[in-house]
Amino acid sequence: MNKPMTFEQSLDRLDQIVKSLERGDAPLAESLGLFEEGAKLICSCGAMLDKAEQKVVQLRKGEDGKPEELPFE
Amino acid sequence: MDEMVFTVSQLNTRIKMLLEADPALSRVIVRGELSNYKIYPSGHHYFTLKDADASLRCVMFKSAADKLRFRPENGMSVTVTGRISVYPRDGAYQLYASDILPEGTGDLQVAFEQLKAKLAAEGLFDAAHKKPLPPFPRTVAVITSGAGAAVHDIIRVMSKRWPLTKIVVLPVRVQGTEAPPEIAGALRYANQYKIADLIITGRGGGSIEDLWAFNDERVARAIYESETPVISAVGHEPDVTISDYVADRRAATPSNAAEIAVPDISEVRELLGGLKIRQGQAVRKKLTEYRRQLESLVSRPALTDPEVYLGTKRMALDYARANLVRAAEKNTAVRKQDYVTLAAKLDALSPLKVLGRGYSITEKDGKIVRNAGEVQPGDRIGVRLTGGKLDCTVKGVTHE
Repeated sequence: MNKPMTFEQSLDRLDQIVKSLERGDAPLAESLGLFEEGAKLICSCGAMLDKAEQKVVQLRKGEDGKPEELPFE
Repeated sequence: MDEMVFTVSQLNTRIKMLLEADPALSRVIVRGELSNYKIYPSGHHYFTLKDADASLRCVMFKSAADKLRFRPENGMSVTVTGRISVYPRDGAYQLYASDILPEGTGDLQVAFEQLKAKLAAEGLFDAAHKKPLPPFPRTVAVITSGAGAAVHDIIRVMSKRWPLTKIVVLPVRVQGTEAPPEIAGALRYANQYKIADLIITGRGGGSIEDLWAFNDERVARAIYESETPVISAVGHEPDVTISDYVADRRAATPSNAAEIAVPDISEVRELLGGLKIRQGQAVRKKLTEYRRQLESLVSRPALTDPEVYLGTKRMALDYARANLVRAAEKNTAVRKQDYVTLAAKLDALSPLKVLGRGYSITEKDGKIVRNAGEVQPGDRIGVRLTGGKLDCTVKGVTHE
Protein backbone atom coordinates (compact mmCIF):
# COMPACT_ATOMS: atom_id res chain seq x y z
CA MET A 1 0.00 0.00 0.00
CA ASN A 2 3.04 2.32 0.14
CA LYS A 3 3.02 2.97 -3.60
CA PRO A 4 -0.16 4.79 -4.70
CA MET A 5 -2.19 2.77 -7.19
CA THR A 6 -2.87 4.10 -10.68
CA PHE A 7 -6.45 4.77 -11.67
CA GLU A 8 -6.54 1.55 -13.66
CA GLN A 9 -5.17 -0.54 -10.78
CA SER A 10 -7.70 1.03 -8.39
CA LEU A 11 -10.53 0.27 -10.78
CA ASP A 12 -9.35 -3.34 -11.23
CA ARG A 13 -9.15 -3.84 -7.47
CA LEU A 14 -12.58 -2.28 -7.06
CA ASP A 15 -13.98 -4.65 -9.66
CA GLN A 16 -12.49 -7.62 -7.76
CA ILE A 17 -13.98 -6.38 -4.48
CA VAL A 18 -17.46 -5.90 -5.89
CA LYS A 19 -17.42 -9.31 -7.59
CA SER A 20 -16.25 -10.99 -4.39
CA LEU A 21 -18.96 -9.20 -2.38
CA GLU A 22 -21.57 -10.21 -4.96
CA ARG A 23 -20.50 -13.85 -4.78
CA GLY A 24 -21.04 -13.49 -1.05
CA ASP A 25 -18.62 -16.31 -0.19
CA ALA A 26 -16.44 -14.34 2.22
CA PRO A 27 -17.18 -14.38 5.95
CA LEU A 28 -18.99 -11.35 7.35
CA ALA A 29 -15.96 -9.70 8.93
CA GLU A 30 -14.01 -10.05 5.67
CA SER A 31 -16.96 -8.74 3.64
CA LEU A 32 -17.16 -5.66 5.79
CA GLY A 33 -13.40 -5.16 5.40
CA LEU A 34 -13.75 -5.44 1.61
CA PHE A 35 -16.64 -3.00 1.66
CA GLU A 36 -14.55 -0.49 3.55
CA GLU A 37 -11.63 -0.91 1.14
CA GLY A 38 -14.04 -0.51 -1.80
CA ALA A 39 -15.55 2.65 -0.37
CA LYS A 40 -12.06 4.14 0.08
CA LEU A 41 -11.11 3.21 -3.51
CA ILE A 42 -14.29 4.80 -4.90
CA CYS A 43 -13.43 7.92 -2.95
CA SER A 44 -9.81 8.05 -4.15
CA CYS A 45 -10.82 7.32 -7.79
CA GLY A 46 -13.33 10.17 -7.64
CA ALA A 47 -10.66 12.45 -6.20
CA MET A 48 -8.25 11.46 -8.99
CA LEU A 49 -10.89 12.44 -11.57
CA ASP A 50 -11.73 15.69 -9.79
CA LYS A 51 -8.24 17.01 -9.47
CA ALA A 52 -6.84 15.72 -12.79
CA GLU A 53 -5.26 18.40 -14.92
CA GLN A 54 -4.12 17.58 -18.42
CA LYS A 55 -0.38 17.80 -18.88
CA VAL A 56 0.72 18.58 -22.44
CA VAL A 57 4.40 18.70 -23.32
CA GLN A 58 6.43 18.80 -26.47
CA LEU A 59 9.38 16.49 -26.88
CA ARG A 60 12.74 17.53 -28.21
CA LYS A 61 15.72 15.30 -28.88
CA GLY A 62 18.48 16.54 -26.57
CA GLU A 63 22.14 16.77 -27.45
CA ASP A 64 22.78 13.33 -25.95
CA GLY A 65 19.85 11.97 -27.98
CA LYS A 66 17.67 11.61 -24.88
CA PRO A 67 14.23 13.20 -24.90
CA GLU A 68 13.75 16.63 -23.30
CA GLU A 69 10.35 17.97 -22.38
CA LEU A 70 9.33 21.51 -23.29
CA PRO A 71 6.02 23.23 -22.69
CA PHE A 72 3.73 22.85 -25.68
CA GLU A 73 2.37 26.06 -27.14
CA MET B 1 27.45 9.51 -111.29
CA ASP B 2 28.02 12.05 -108.66
CA GLU B 3 25.96 10.30 -106.10
CA MET B 4 26.90 10.86 -102.47
CA VAL B 5 28.17 7.94 -100.39
CA PHE B 6 27.48 8.05 -96.63
CA THR B 7 29.14 6.14 -93.94
CA VAL B 8 26.63 4.39 -91.66
CA SER B 9 27.44 6.81 -88.87
CA GLN B 10 26.91 9.79 -91.17
CA LEU B 11 23.53 8.49 -92.29
CA ASN B 12 22.33 7.72 -88.81
CA THR B 13 23.46 11.09 -87.57
CA ARG B 14 21.59 12.77 -90.44
CA ILE B 15 18.38 10.92 -89.64
CA LYS B 16 18.85 11.72 -85.95
CA MET B 17 19.19 15.45 -86.75
CA LEU B 18 16.17 15.30 -88.99
CA LEU B 19 13.99 13.74 -86.32
CA GLU B 20 15.24 16.01 -83.57
CA ALA B 21 14.48 19.03 -85.70
CA ASP B 22 10.79 18.16 -85.75
CA PRO B 23 9.15 20.06 -82.89
CA ALA B 24 6.21 17.62 -82.91
CA LEU B 25 8.61 14.78 -82.04
CA SER B 26 10.61 16.65 -79.40
CA ARG B 27 7.72 16.26 -76.96
CA VAL B 28 5.25 13.48 -77.65
CA ILE B 29 2.71 11.71 -75.50
CA VAL B 30 2.09 8.13 -76.58
CA ARG B 31 -0.60 5.78 -75.32
CA GLY B 32 0.09 2.06 -75.31
CA GLU B 33 0.68 -1.07 -73.33
CA LEU B 34 3.92 -1.79 -71.48
CA SER B 35 5.80 -4.93 -72.43
CA ASN B 36 9.25 -6.40 -72.01
CA TYR B 37 9.88 -4.02 -69.11
CA LYS B 38 13.45 -4.28 -67.78
CA ILE B 39 15.34 -2.36 -65.14
CA TYR B 40 19.10 -2.51 -65.67
CA PRO B 41 21.68 -2.36 -62.86
CA SER B 42 22.55 1.10 -64.15
CA GLY B 43 19.08 2.20 -63.04
CA HIS B 44 17.86 2.86 -66.58
CA HIS B 45 14.51 1.36 -67.59
CA TYR B 46 14.06 -0.29 -71.01
CA PHE B 47 10.68 -1.30 -72.37
CA THR B 48 8.45 -1.58 -75.42
CA LEU B 49 5.24 0.32 -75.87
CA LYS B 50 2.77 -1.40 -78.13
CA ASP B 51 -0.75 -1.52 -79.43
CA ALA B 52 -2.44 -4.20 -81.55
CA ASP B 53 -0.45 -3.46 -84.71
CA ALA B 54 2.73 -1.67 -83.78
CA SER B 55 5.50 -1.36 -81.21
CA LEU B 56 7.90 1.36 -80.10
CA ARG B 57 11.19 0.92 -78.28
CA CYS B 58 11.54 3.13 -75.24
CA VAL B 59 14.19 4.02 -72.71
CA MET B 60 13.84 5.92 -69.46
CA PHE B 61 17.03 7.11 -67.82
CA LYS B 62 17.63 6.65 -64.09
CA SER B 63 17.15 10.35 -63.29
CA ALA B 64 13.58 10.26 -64.68
CA ALA B 65 12.82 6.72 -63.49
CA ASP B 66 13.67 7.59 -59.86
CA LYS B 67 10.83 10.10 -59.86
CA LEU B 68 8.20 7.48 -60.72
CA ARG B 69 5.78 7.08 -57.82
CA PHE B 70 4.56 3.66 -58.89
CA ARG B 71 6.19 0.51 -60.25
CA PRO B 72 5.48 0.03 -64.01
CA GLU B 73 4.47 -3.52 -64.86
CA ASN B 74 4.07 -5.43 -68.13
CA GLY B 75 0.55 -5.23 -69.50
CA MET B 76 -0.23 -1.89 -67.88
CA SER B 77 -1.99 0.69 -70.07
CA VAL B 78 -0.01 3.89 -69.81
CA THR B 79 0.71 7.19 -71.46
CA VAL B 80 4.40 7.92 -71.87
CA THR B 81 5.79 11.41 -72.29
CA GLY B 82 9.16 11.85 -74.06
CA ARG B 83 11.02 12.73 -77.19
CA ILE B 84 11.83 10.72 -80.30
CA SER B 85 15.42 10.26 -81.24
CA VAL B 86 17.79 7.77 -82.82
CA TYR B 87 20.28 5.52 -81.15
CA PRO B 88 23.01 5.64 -83.81
CA ARG B 89 24.75 2.45 -82.74
CA ASP B 90 21.66 0.35 -83.63
CA GLY B 91 20.23 2.62 -86.30
CA ALA B 92 16.96 2.53 -84.43
CA TYR B 93 14.72 5.34 -83.38
CA GLN B 94 13.22 5.18 -79.91
CA LEU B 95 11.24 7.13 -77.38
CA TYR B 96 13.31 8.74 -74.64
CA ALA B 97 10.72 8.77 -71.86
CA SER B 98 10.58 11.43 -69.17
CA ASP B 99 7.39 10.24 -67.43
CA ILE B 100 4.98 7.33 -67.38
CA LEU B 101 1.41 7.64 -66.12
CA PRO B 102 -1.02 4.79 -65.65
CA GLU B 103 -4.19 5.12 -67.72
CA GLY B 104 -7.50 5.62 -65.96
CA THR B 105 -6.37 5.87 -62.34
CA GLY B 106 -3.62 8.20 -61.25
CA ASP B 107 -0.10 7.02 -60.62
CA LEU B 108 -0.50 7.53 -56.85
CA GLN B 109 -3.56 5.32 -56.86
CA VAL B 110 -1.56 2.60 -58.64
CA ALA B 111 1.35 3.07 -56.26
CA PHE B 112 -1.06 2.80 -53.33
CA GLU B 113 -2.57 -0.44 -54.63
CA GLN B 114 0.86 -1.87 -55.34
CA LEU B 115 2.24 -1.13 -51.86
CA LYS B 116 -0.97 -2.33 -50.26
CA ALA B 117 -0.75 -5.66 -52.11
CA LYS B 118 2.94 -6.05 -51.26
CA LEU B 119 2.56 -5.32 -47.54
CA ALA B 120 -0.60 -7.41 -47.28
CA ALA B 121 1.31 -10.36 -48.78
CA GLU B 122 4.05 -9.82 -46.18
CA GLY B 123 1.46 -9.95 -43.41
CA LEU B 124 1.78 -6.35 -42.22
CA PHE B 125 -2.00 -5.96 -41.99
CA ASP B 126 -2.66 -9.27 -40.18
CA ALA B 127 -5.22 -9.01 -37.41
CA ALA B 128 -3.08 -11.38 -35.31
CA HIS B 129 -0.33 -8.75 -35.19
CA LYS B 130 -2.61 -6.01 -33.91
CA LYS B 131 -2.03 -5.09 -30.27
CA PRO B 132 -4.81 -4.21 -27.84
CA LEU B 133 -4.94 -0.56 -26.75
CA PRO B 134 -4.47 0.21 -23.04
CA PRO B 135 -7.89 1.10 -21.54
CA PHE B 136 -6.46 3.94 -19.43
CA PRO B 137 -3.23 5.14 -21.08
CA ARG B 138 -0.98 7.13 -18.76
CA THR B 139 0.95 8.85 -21.56
CA VAL B 140 -0.07 9.29 -25.19
CA ALA B 141 2.55 10.31 -27.76
CA VAL B 142 1.18 12.38 -30.64
CA ILE B 143 3.31 12.25 -33.79
CA THR B 144 2.07 14.91 -36.18
CA SER B 145 2.70 18.48 -37.25
CA GLY B 146 3.19 20.79 -34.26
CA ALA B 147 1.31 23.51 -36.07
CA GLY B 148 -1.64 21.78 -37.73
CA ALA B 149 -5.26 21.52 -36.64
CA ALA B 150 -4.79 17.79 -35.92
CA VAL B 151 -2.66 18.25 -32.79
CA HIS B 152 -5.06 20.80 -31.33
CA ASP B 153 -8.07 18.62 -32.10
CA ILE B 154 -6.42 15.73 -30.30
CA ILE B 155 -5.45 17.81 -27.24
CA ARG B 156 -8.90 19.41 -27.05
CA VAL B 157 -10.82 16.13 -27.21
CA MET B 158 -8.48 14.32 -24.81
CA SER B 159 -8.62 17.18 -22.27
CA LYS B 160 -12.39 17.07 -22.33
CA ARG B 161 -12.67 13.31 -22.08
CA TRP B 162 -9.82 12.21 -19.86
CA PRO B 163 -7.49 14.79 -18.29
CA LEU B 164 -5.58 12.05 -16.41
CA THR B 165 -3.49 11.20 -19.46
CA LYS B 166 -0.29 13.09 -20.19
CA ILE B 167 0.10 14.16 -23.80
CA VAL B 168 3.56 14.22 -25.35
CA VAL B 169 3.79 15.86 -28.77
CA LEU B 170 6.58 14.80 -31.14
CA PRO B 171 6.42 17.42 -33.89
CA VAL B 172 7.24 16.18 -37.39
CA ARG B 173 6.68 17.33 -40.93
CA VAL B 174 3.67 15.55 -42.40
CA GLN B 175 4.11 16.37 -46.07
CA GLY B 176 6.99 16.60 -48.51
CA THR B 177 9.91 14.29 -49.10
CA GLU B 178 11.23 14.73 -45.53
CA ALA B 179 7.94 13.70 -43.96
CA PRO B 180 8.18 9.87 -44.22
CA PRO B 181 11.65 9.56 -42.63
CA GLU B 182 10.68 12.05 -39.90
CA ILE B 183 7.45 10.22 -39.03
CA ALA B 184 9.18 6.82 -39.10
CA GLY B 185 12.05 8.25 -37.02
CA ALA B 186 9.67 9.67 -34.39
CA LEU B 187 7.87 6.31 -34.15
CA ARG B 188 11.18 4.53 -33.52
CA TYR B 189 12.31 7.22 -31.06
CA ALA B 190 9.09 6.93 -29.03
CA ASN B 191 9.63 3.17 -28.83
CA GLN B 192 13.32 3.43 -28.00
CA TYR B 193 12.72 5.70 -24.98
CA LYS B 194 9.35 4.13 -24.09
CA ILE B 195 7.86 7.59 -24.09
CA ALA B 196 4.23 6.54 -24.09
CA ASP B 197 1.92 3.55 -23.73
CA LEU B 198 -0.04 4.63 -26.80
CA ILE B 199 0.93 6.50 -29.99
CA ILE B 200 -1.33 8.53 -32.26
CA THR B 201 0.12 9.46 -35.64
CA GLY B 202 -1.62 11.26 -38.47
CA ARG B 203 -2.63 14.62 -39.84
CA GLY B 204 -5.65 16.61 -40.94
CA GLY B 205 -7.36 16.27 -44.28
CA GLY B 206 -5.88 17.14 -47.67
CA SER B 207 -5.41 15.88 -51.21
CA ILE B 208 -4.01 12.42 -51.90
CA GLU B 209 -0.62 14.09 -52.43
CA ASP B 210 -0.88 15.84 -49.04
CA LEU B 211 -1.59 12.56 -47.28
CA TRP B 212 1.08 10.72 -49.21
CA ALA B 213 3.59 10.39 -46.36
CA PHE B 214 1.15 8.01 -44.67
CA ASN B 215 1.25 5.80 -47.77
CA ASP B 216 5.02 5.51 -47.51
CA GLU B 217 6.57 2.09 -46.99
CA ARG B 218 9.04 3.43 -44.38
CA VAL B 219 6.19 4.80 -42.27
CA ALA B 220 4.23 1.57 -42.69
CA ARG B 221 7.17 -0.53 -41.49
CA ALA B 222 7.87 1.76 -38.52
CA ILE B 223 4.22 1.41 -37.43
CA TYR B 224 4.41 -2.36 -37.87
CA GLU B 225 7.59 -2.59 -35.80
CA SER B 226 6.29 -0.34 -33.00
CA GLU B 227 5.94 -2.20 -29.70
CA THR B 228 3.74 0.60 -28.41
CA PRO B 229 0.22 0.33 -29.87
CA VAL B 230 -0.42 2.84 -32.68
CA ILE B 231 -3.62 4.59 -33.72
CA SER B 232 -3.49 5.97 -37.27
CA ALA B 233 -5.55 9.12 -37.84
CA VAL B 234 -5.14 10.50 -41.33
CA GLY B 235 -7.39 13.01 -43.05
CA HIS B 236 -11.14 12.74 -43.03
CA GLU B 237 -13.48 9.79 -42.79
CA PRO B 238 -13.21 8.51 -46.42
CA ASP B 239 -9.40 8.81 -46.61
CA VAL B 240 -7.77 5.44 -46.08
CA THR B 241 -4.00 5.18 -46.10
CA ILE B 242 -1.49 2.35 -45.82
CA SER B 243 -0.80 3.56 -42.25
CA ASP B 244 -4.46 2.91 -41.42
CA TYR B 245 -4.10 -0.70 -42.57
CA VAL B 246 -0.91 -1.33 -40.58
CA ALA B 247 -1.87 0.49 -37.39
CA ASP B 248 -3.41 -1.36 -34.45
CA ARG B 249 -6.49 0.87 -34.81
CA ARG B 250 -7.67 3.21 -37.54
CA ALA B 251 -9.36 6.44 -36.55
CA ALA B 252 -11.49 8.32 -39.07
CA THR B 253 -10.06 11.69 -37.98
CA PRO B 254 -7.57 13.01 -35.40
CA SER B 255 -10.47 13.91 -33.05
CA ASN B 256 -11.77 10.37 -33.41
CA ALA B 257 -8.29 9.08 -32.50
CA ALA B 258 -8.53 10.98 -29.19
CA GLU B 259 -11.95 9.43 -28.57
CA ILE B 260 -10.54 5.96 -29.19
CA ALA B 261 -7.40 6.62 -27.13
CA VAL B 262 -8.98 7.56 -23.80
CA PRO B 263 -12.20 6.78 -21.92
CA ASP B 264 -14.90 9.36 -21.31
CA ILE B 265 -14.66 10.76 -17.79
CA SER B 266 -18.43 10.97 -17.37
CA GLU B 267 -18.83 7.31 -18.31
CA VAL B 268 -16.13 6.36 -15.82
CA ARG B 269 -17.87 8.40 -13.11
CA GLU B 270 -21.05 6.47 -13.90
CA LEU B 271 -19.09 3.22 -13.70
CA LEU B 272 -17.74 4.21 -10.28
CA GLY B 273 -21.25 5.14 -9.16
CA GLY B 274 -22.49 1.77 -10.36
CA LEU B 275 -19.74 -0.06 -8.47
CA LYS B 276 -20.62 1.90 -5.33
CA ILE B 277 -24.26 0.85 -5.62
CA ARG B 278 -23.35 -2.75 -6.36
CA GLN B 279 -21.00 -3.11 -3.41
CA GLY B 280 -23.59 -1.49 -1.11
CA GLN B 281 -26.26 -3.90 -2.35
CA ALA B 282 -23.95 -6.90 -1.99
CA VAL B 283 -23.14 -6.08 1.62
CA ARG B 284 -26.78 -5.34 2.48
CA LYS B 285 -27.79 -8.66 0.96
CA LYS B 286 -25.16 -10.44 3.02
CA LEU B 287 -26.34 -8.75 6.22
CA THR B 288 -29.98 -9.60 5.43
CA GLU B 289 -29.02 -13.24 4.94
CA TYR B 290 -27.25 -13.37 8.28
CA ARG B 291 -30.19 -11.66 9.99
CA ARG B 292 -32.62 -14.18 8.51
CA GLN B 293 -30.41 -17.08 9.62
CA LEU B 294 -30.23 -15.62 13.10
CA GLU B 295 -33.98 -15.13 13.25
CA SER B 296 -34.68 -18.67 12.16
CA LEU B 297 -32.33 -19.98 14.84
CA VAL B 298 -33.89 -17.81 17.52
CA SER B 299 -37.37 -19.06 16.65
CA ARG B 300 -36.47 -22.75 17.22
CA PRO B 301 -38.36 -24.26 20.30
CA ALA B 302 -35.09 -25.27 21.93
CA LEU B 303 -34.18 -21.64 22.31
CA THR B 304 -37.62 -20.11 22.80
CA ASP B 305 -38.83 -22.66 25.52
CA PRO B 306 -36.27 -24.90 27.23
CA GLU B 307 -39.10 -26.72 29.14
CA VAL B 308 -40.41 -28.12 25.86
CA TYR B 309 -37.00 -29.46 25.03
CA LEU B 310 -36.46 -30.98 28.45
CA GLY B 311 -40.03 -32.35 28.59
CA THR B 312 -39.47 -34.16 25.33
CA LYS B 313 -36.24 -35.65 26.55
CA ARG B 314 -37.80 -36.66 29.83
CA MET B 315 -40.65 -38.41 28.04
CA ALA B 316 -38.18 -40.33 25.93
CA LEU B 317 -36.36 -41.38 29.07
CA ASP B 318 -39.63 -42.69 30.62
CA TYR B 319 -40.40 -44.72 27.53
CA ALA B 320 -36.96 -46.20 27.55
CA ARG B 321 -37.18 -47.13 31.20
CA ALA B 322 -40.58 -48.85 30.73
CA ASN B 323 -39.21 -50.81 27.82
CA LEU B 324 -36.24 -51.90 29.85
CA VAL B 325 -38.39 -53.16 32.73
CA ARG B 326 -40.72 -54.96 30.40
CA ALA B 327 -37.88 -56.66 28.63
CA ALA B 328 -36.25 -57.71 31.91
CA GLU B 329 -39.53 -59.17 33.26
CA LYS B 330 -40.19 -61.05 30.09
CA ASN B 331 -36.74 -62.45 30.22
CA THR B 332 -37.12 -63.73 33.83
CA ALA B 333 -40.45 -65.48 33.11
CA VAL B 334 -39.01 -67.31 30.14
CA ARG B 335 -36.01 -68.46 32.14
CA LYS B 336 -38.26 -69.79 34.99
CA GLN B 337 -40.33 -71.85 32.59
CA ASP B 338 -37.19 -73.30 31.06
CA TYR B 339 -35.93 -74.33 34.49
CA VAL B 340 -39.11 -76.20 35.43
CA THR B 341 -39.19 -78.15 32.17
CA LEU B 342 -35.54 -78.97 32.41
CA ALA B 343 -35.84 -80.15 36.01
CA ALA B 344 -38.74 -82.46 35.07
CA LYS B 345 -36.72 -83.96 32.23
CA LEU B 346 -33.75 -84.45 34.52
CA ASP B 347 -35.89 -86.17 37.13
CA ALA B 348 -37.42 -88.54 34.57
CA LEU B 349 -33.98 -89.56 33.38
CA SER B 350 -32.55 -90.23 36.85
CA PRO B 351 -31.46 -93.93 37.20
CA LEU B 352 -32.44 -93.88 40.85
CA LYS B 353 -35.96 -93.15 39.79
CA VAL B 354 -35.91 -96.17 37.45
CA LEU B 355 -34.59 -98.46 40.19
CA GLY B 356 -37.37 -97.13 42.42
CA ARG B 357 -39.86 -98.56 39.97
CA GLY B 358 -38.38 -102.15 40.47
CA TYR B 359 -35.78 -102.22 37.70
CA SER B 360 -32.15 -103.18 38.48
CA ILE B 361 -28.80 -102.68 36.77
CA THR B 362 -26.49 -105.64 36.13
CA GLU B 363 -22.70 -105.03 36.10
CA LYS B 364 -19.84 -107.29 35.16
CA ASP B 365 -16.22 -106.20 35.73
CA GLY B 366 -17.50 -102.64 36.37
CA LYS B 367 -19.42 -102.49 33.05
CA ILE B 368 -23.19 -102.50 32.61
CA VAL B 369 -24.55 -105.75 31.13
CA ARG B 370 -27.23 -104.99 28.52
CA ASN B 371 -27.67 -108.49 27.00
CA ALA B 372 -28.02 -112.02 28.45
CA GLY B 373 -25.35 -113.18 25.93
CA GLU B 374 -22.69 -111.12 27.68
CA VAL B 375 -22.56 -113.49 30.71
CA GLN B 376 -21.69 -117.19 31.09
CA PRO B 377 -22.70 -119.58 33.88
CA GLY B 378 -20.20 -119.22 36.70
CA ASP B 379 -19.52 -115.45 36.01
CA ARG B 380 -19.54 -113.17 38.95
CA ILE B 381 -21.87 -110.22 38.45
CA GLY B 382 -23.17 -107.31 40.55
CA VAL B 383 -26.84 -106.28 40.66
CA ARG B 384 -27.64 -102.76 41.70
CA LEU B 385 -31.10 -101.90 43.03
CA THR B 386 -32.71 -99.45 45.39
CA GLY B 387 -31.10 -99.60 48.78
CA GLY B 388 -27.83 -101.37 47.75
CA LYS B 389 -25.95 -103.96 45.63
CA LEU B 390 -26.01 -107.78 45.35
CA ASP B 391 -22.90 -109.91 44.60
CA CYS B 392 -24.09 -112.93 42.57
CA THR B 393 -22.74 -115.97 40.71
CA VAL B 394 -24.57 -116.97 37.51
CA LYS B 395 -26.03 -120.49 37.76
CA GLY B 396 -27.45 -120.62 34.28
CA VAL B 397 -28.37 -118.46 31.27
CA THR B 398 -31.64 -118.69 29.42
CA HIS B 399 -31.74 -117.00 26.00
CA GLU B 400 -35.13 -115.68 24.87
